[in-house]
Amino acid sequence: MTADPTAAPSWESLVVGAGPEPMARGPVTRTDFVRYQGASGDMNPVHHDETFARAAGFPAPLGVGMWPAGMLTAWAAAWVGPERVRRVRIRWQAPIFPGEVLTMEARVGSRDDASRQVELELTCTRQDGAVTVRAWLTAQL
Amino acid sequence: MVDRSAEGAEGTPFTMDIERGKVREFARAVGASHAAFHAGEHPVIPPTFLTTQFFWEAAEEGSNPWERVAMSQERGMHAEQEYIFHGPPPRAGDRLHCRSRIERIYEKQGRKGGTLTFAVMVTEFRDAAGALVAEARLTGVETSKPPEEG
Repeated sequence: MTADPTAAPSWESLVVGAGPEPMARGPVTRTDFVRYQGASGDMNPVHHDETFARAAGFPAPLGVGMWPAGMLTAWAAAWVGPERVRRVRIRWQAPIFPGEVLTMEARVGSRDDASRQVELELTCTRQDGAVTVRAWLTAQL
Repeated sequence: MVDRSAEGAEGTPFTMDIERGKVREFARAVGASHAAFHAGEHPVIPPTFLTTQFFWEAAEEGSNPWERVAMSQERGMHAEQEYIFHGPPPRAGDRLHCRSRIERIYEKQGRKGGTLTFAVMVTEFRDAAGALVAEARLTGVETSKPPEEG
């Protein structure tokens, strides 16, 4: 009998370095930004209004940072078990613009047997290799 | 331009209902297809869902102290964000009692010159009994000149 591949990973399997296969997303579109803005309520025009974005010094609408951050952390949460999430920390490092292809990666950075918590280290990377979002997700087993 | 006098400002309390349709909408927007975010009467929230607190603050005058920070839309950026859950994350059907405050405003010299002004807002989310369910910590940064692309 084989284990259910969609089941959340066991404590024993969450060793340092473990993680899901990387996931690519894109090319990202203005529609992705707008759908996220509508869902989140952040309607800053720099993320969808071409004229406003150019006047602010950008070549195109600037990707709304919480969008890849939301994708990255939800993707990692789905792998480790959504109900197990106890903390996420997110840091933005580089902008994204429409047309970018993003790659999400996650691995166990540390685990603590006493508290049965693992910390996943997450990155969302642009085609040119620059990390756009770095995040840390703590899960409780 | 950041108003440093906003440090310590506290919003009035507001209520946030975690709604099933909103959870699904948000999950779809972040490409979160896991059944836990969609299925049943009480799907769990994606990790960054509490950012939708904005909709509930917008309906209650004085509840969002971030407005008093007055960060520039052109030169302001989201630098860091944190969510802490004191147990499994909230689910659709939960009602949260919330309050935001401006925890800190401070300056740093930028690597490429210019001054960076940081502002940190903390929001606490409690259940009906007053127990802390979640905390959000938003850090915004404003540059003294337009950010460079790339």
